[in-house]
Amino acid sequence: MSATTSTAPPPQRAPRTPHRSDRARQEARLGMMLCAPAILVLLAVVGYPILQAVWDSLFSYKLTNPDARSFVGLGNFVLVLSDSIWWQALGVTVLITVVTVAVELVLGFALALVMNNALSTLRPALRTAILIPYAIITVVSAFAFRFMFDLTSGFMNLWLPFVPEDLDWFGSFGTSMAVVALSEIWKTTPFISLLLLSGLAQVPGELQEAAKVDGATWWQRMRRVTIPNMKAAIMVALLFRTLDAFRIFDNIFIMTNGAAGTESVAFLAYRQTIQRLEIGIGSAVSVLLTIAVALIAVMFVKGFKVNLAGSTRAGR
Amino acid sequence: MSGRSTAWWWVGALAIVLYCMFPVAWIVSLSLKAPSDLDNGSFLPSAVTWQNYELILTGSASELFLPALRNSVGICLIATGIAVVLAALCAYAVARLDFPGKAFVLGLSLAVSMFPVISIVTPLFNIWRAIGLFDTWAGLVIPYLSITLPLSIWTLTAFFREIPWEMEQAAQVDGATTAQAFRKVIVPLAGPGVATTAIIAFFLAWNDFVYGISLTSTEAARPVPAALAFFTGASQFEEPTGAISAAAVIVTIPVVVLVLLFQRQIVAGLTQGAVKG
Repeated sequence: MSATTSTAPPPQRAPRTPHRSDRARQEARLGMMLCAPAILVLLAVVGYPILQAVWDSLFSYKLTNPDARSFVGLGNFVLVLSDSIWWQALGVTVLITVVTVAVELVLGFALALVMNNALSTLRPALRTAILIPYAIITVVSAFAFRFMFDLTSGFMNLWLPFVPEDLDWFGSFGTSMAVVALSEIWKTTPFISLLLLSGLAQVPGELQEAAKVDGATWWQRMRRVTIPNMKAAIMVALLFRTLDAFRIFDNIFIMTNGAAGTESVAFLAYRQTIQRLEIGIGSAVSVLLTIAVALIAVMFVKGFKVNLAGSTRAGR
Repeated sequence: MSGRSTAWWWVGALAIVLYCMFPVAWIVSLSLKAPSDLDNGSFLPSAVTWQNYELILTGSASELFLPALRNSVGICLIATGIAVVLAALCAYAVARLDFPGKAFVLGLSLAVSMFPVISIVTPLFNIWRAIGLFDTWAGLVIPYLSITLPLSIWTLTAFFREIPWEMEQAAQVDGATTAQAFRKVIVPLAGPGVATTAIIAFFLAWNDFVYGISLTSTEAARPVPAALAFFTGASQFEEPTGAISAAAVIVTIPVVVLVLLFQRQIVAGLTQGAVKG
């Protein structure tokens, strides 16, 4: 909220709530003043560039030929949406998102269960181990997996029994995607499992005991007690990871550089803008990616009723 | 818990540790291999050599690696510092004061943190070229705030809500001055939360790749992750696999040390902000 609009509400509200003292008004003003720098910086570093991208997307504009810049309206969007490259990139992005998030949810849940039940002597060691993939630079993990499957430096073809020794993992679409997904899963499952672990801690112990006394099996307790009670944590984890997976870039850049049809939407935006200097088309792809991410967020919040703001306010 | 199920949890725990360490161990092993050893198809080097580290620290690849390391450390520290100071003011207000627009503050920072970074890069690339911020430290610090600031606001707010602020007044009633109450009561209470937030924010900035390769072009500002990508082809006679691995190990060490020192707080910081029941 900007400083100018923030001063408007109190005078209007004053007659309705006469108890709202000067002190409360002062507190409100102090609160907004303390938030103002952070909010202004956020709006400047994100809000302004996004508006600029929307503006740029309406022009045919190539940096190598700036004089030929001309207004084309929605022409760039028509161009992008009618090109199979866009749909291929979108397909790759959706595929990676769905596969990695699904695997991560199951794997992350298993990790969370082990951590939740591990002896307290083991827990610090596990916590340290699980933070390492999270904290490692994505580019580093991408290189680790690339070298692992690489034909010259790798060892995977020798280790995996059902794989021919000369299989070039990065030579075809399916195998490339598998390695990209593997590296993405390795790096981000710990984050999901930590969120799920804190969700597990919120499941009331008495409910578990009661179900146990009533003779429920482990699987029944899981389905009827544990999972329903940690639905909020699962949904938040899903939302965060889906949006994160949807902007996948680093892994693809390092492992395939978009070869074998593995280009993602974020990679397409990068290639158009930074490599081909097609500012207009690159901006259009960026705007479309932003819209897609916003749609996913809205879908989660409205469709699955993930209440992020409410969950934080409940903490007060 | 019966002996058998205890054993199973041990197996599970061991599996987790193996899972987490495997690629890390591989990159360490790779960094210790001699060039002739790189394609031996085995996990471990046949003989340990430090020549990859020599290459990037004092040898021909040091011109690429050392400036990148300096850029990464400097830019990430500045971006983290600015973010934590701004976020601390903001989080203090959200956690302690009553004012309209709180939901907006949290909502905006959440929205920004979920934003696809590449969408900001496109316009910035153009603007930075026009105003001369392309390939400078400031040209990376500013966009890094879009990564570090929202997370800091979110995490610090969660931490600050847990602080028993009444203790500040209690100390003042007991005769402490405002400055003393702040130094002796609030700083020790808020310190761990601020430190944890700074670490997580630093991790995120340290991890950045999109801004790094898009908004820099020389060693003047190029950070390590971007420089690693440019190692490829730096030496024409051999694959830079060993050099990349050694550099990867070096940039991973500080991260691992921080995790070892602060694991409990980092887990709290990562989950508190997100899942608050």
